[in-house]
Amino acid sequence: MNTSTVMSNSADAPETATSSRYIIADRPGFRLGALLGRWEALLALLLVAAFAANAIMLPHFLDLYNLADGTFNFSEKALIALPMALLIICREIDISVSGILALSSVAIGLAHVNGVAPELLLPIALATGTACGWLNGIMVTHFRLPSIVVTIGTVSLFRGLASVVLGDKAFTGYPQVMADWGQGYFFGFIPREFVILLLFAGLFAFVLHATTWGRRIYAIGNNPVAARFSGIAVDRYRLVLFMLTGAMAGLAAYLLTGRIGSTRPNIAMGWELEVITMVILGGVSIAGGAGTIGGVMLAVLTLGTVTYGLSLANIPGIYMTIVVGILLLATIALPRLLRGRRTAK
Amino acid sequence: MKALLKMREVQLALCTAALIILVGTRAPVFVTGSSLSNLLTDSTLLIMLALTQMLVIVTRGVDLSVASSLALAGMMSALLASRFPELPLPLVMLAAVAIGLLLGLINGYLIGYLDLAPIVVTLGTMSVYRGLVFVLSGGAWVSSHQMPPDFIAFPLARLFGVTHLVWIAGLTVLAAWYVAKHSRFGRDLYAIGNEPFSARYVGIPIASRLMWTYGLSGAMAGLCGYLWVARYAVAYTEIAYGFEFTVIAACVIGGISIAGGSGSVAGAVLGGLFLAVIGNALPVVKVSPFWQSALTGVVILTAVLINARGGRPIGRQILPLHLNKSNATGSAA
Repeated sequence: MNTSTVMSNSADAPETATSSRYIIADRPGFRLGALLGRWEALLALLLVAAFAANAIMLPHFLDLYNLADGTFNFSEKALIALPMALLIICREIDISVSGILALSSVAIGLAHVNGVAPELLLPIALATGTACGWLNGIMVTHFRLPSIVVTIGTVSLFRGLASVVLGDKAFTGYPQVMADWGQGYFFGFIPREFVILLLFAGLFAFVLHATTWGRRIYAIGNNPVAARFSGIAVDRYRLVLFMLTGAMAGLAAYLLTGRIGSTRPNIAMGWELEVITMVILGGVSIAGGAGTIGGVMLAVLTLGTVTYGLSLANIPGIYMTIVVGILLLATIALPRLLRGRRTAK
Repeated sequence: MKALLKMREVQLALCTAALIILVGTRAPVFVTGSSLSNLLTDSTLLIMLALTQMLVIVTRGVDLSVASSLALAGMMSALLASRFPELPLPLVMLAAVAIGLLLGLINGYLIGYLDLAPIVVTLGTMSVYRGLVFVLSGGAWVSSHQMPPDFIAFPLARLFGVTHLVWIAGLTVLAAWYVAKHSRFGRDLYAIGNEPFSARYVGIPIASRLMWTYGLSGAMAGLCGYLWVARYAVAYTEIAYGFEFTVIAACVIGGISIAGGSGSVAGAVLGGLFLAVIGNALPVVKVSPFWQSALTGVVILTAVLINARGGRPIGRQILPLHLNKSNATGSAA
């Protein structure tokens, strides 16, 4: 890659080039090989392959209404995967998202039972999520604790609080407006959740790839100390990202609660690992500093296609966990194996 | 004496003792012999898993797949025992351990030899192993009447008045102490966790050490898988679901640094014991069991906060910095 950014001096070089021997381009030139070698290209191929295989083998796969409904099973998870990608790029991780989701859902239920107006339920979910994220963020930034430990603690705390409120009961009977957003459609067949997901994916992609904020997140992930010395308010970024993750988990709680119409103690159980799997499969490096929103969305769609195909083929959902696990392991292990074993160790 | 009090393990032991006494004053039934022996029996599986998880965390890794390995090995041993009831029990246990070891070695190969991130690898194998439990059992339960009686009776049978579970846990603690403190293998793990590059320069075979560490963690999960299934006399797909976080929590409470390189056997044991005390004390003092998870969360956060305080200051400032101090050192972590 480095060699492509350095172009040798040519005859029609500008006058200033006489003092230096090389012109260093701002960005690498366009090369098809580099484009195809990218993680996202591999994922796109995988997506097309999964899609094609399903379409050939399953007669009802290409039904437009079925396909649209197939997006329900990943939209909420993907909404959380977006901020999680930013967090992991920033070298942090949030294991407590499913706990935040459960607590936000309980907050909605509690507010609804106590007669809060339906239109106030979304702000309540977002506020609960943000508050949970703030707690995570403060523990990480102010007390300098590793985020994995903090969030293992808070997932237990948040889910515990949710089950304390719920006991052995469940909140049900949610207002129609929540069902409209959770399971409703635009134009009769495009699920609203999927549209929300696409909007947020666009927003996150813009922020991460086209703004200074995004570049700074990469800088923090690559080297937090250097980022701090170059004047980036590292802790503020971390805190905001944790709060953002919390808020998105709150939004997901609102949609999920609206979709299934009830809050139970086991709501979104185990989602944290599915969300993290989506992000890592999307090519975000667990060591931080690398990854794209496009990759994450491709991973989300790939997993969604496979899940949807398996459910059409009447295969129990738990087989999906095997497929996801193997997909994850194969995608990270294969490049290593192909490149040949390192001799250093 | 003062130095002794400053030790994290001693503080934790005192906390645990204080908690037991506190609960005992509210509900005297808690400090009776049978209740305490129950407590000990209940804590064994957590402690055993925490011990091998400690070795993994010391190397800067984490094993998220323990609960799934436990479930898979447990289910396999239950199926084995129910299909072939005439099989001697030691053989079934050995099979469980061997299966666990194999699962752990797969993790270890990927992490050690392919140099992949432990959290990602074990996240992946965790779902694969959990799914395999379902594939093996076809989603069905193996319940107590399908298992041979000696299979179920073993963990809670008593030898000299103490359950087999406690004996096994005791032996495991001794073995872990020997490995961590006095074996070359264990000391190498600390070296790897403290400074991987230096460890490589002094010639420690990092890849094979890592592989066998995860193998050990898997083997322990296999043994605990049999014990879990036999003790609760039922095997199903969701056994020990989410238990990996409890195990890691026990390690964290025991003062084992997630950044690697530090942690003691006593810490892991006490961390597991502390969580077990909380779990057993709540019903006794008539607090709703729904509080258990929330309280566990609070305990974990408190423990890491205290540990972080105790660990400071990490570095020594040699040259004076002519900068705004809070800003300059702000992001070092």
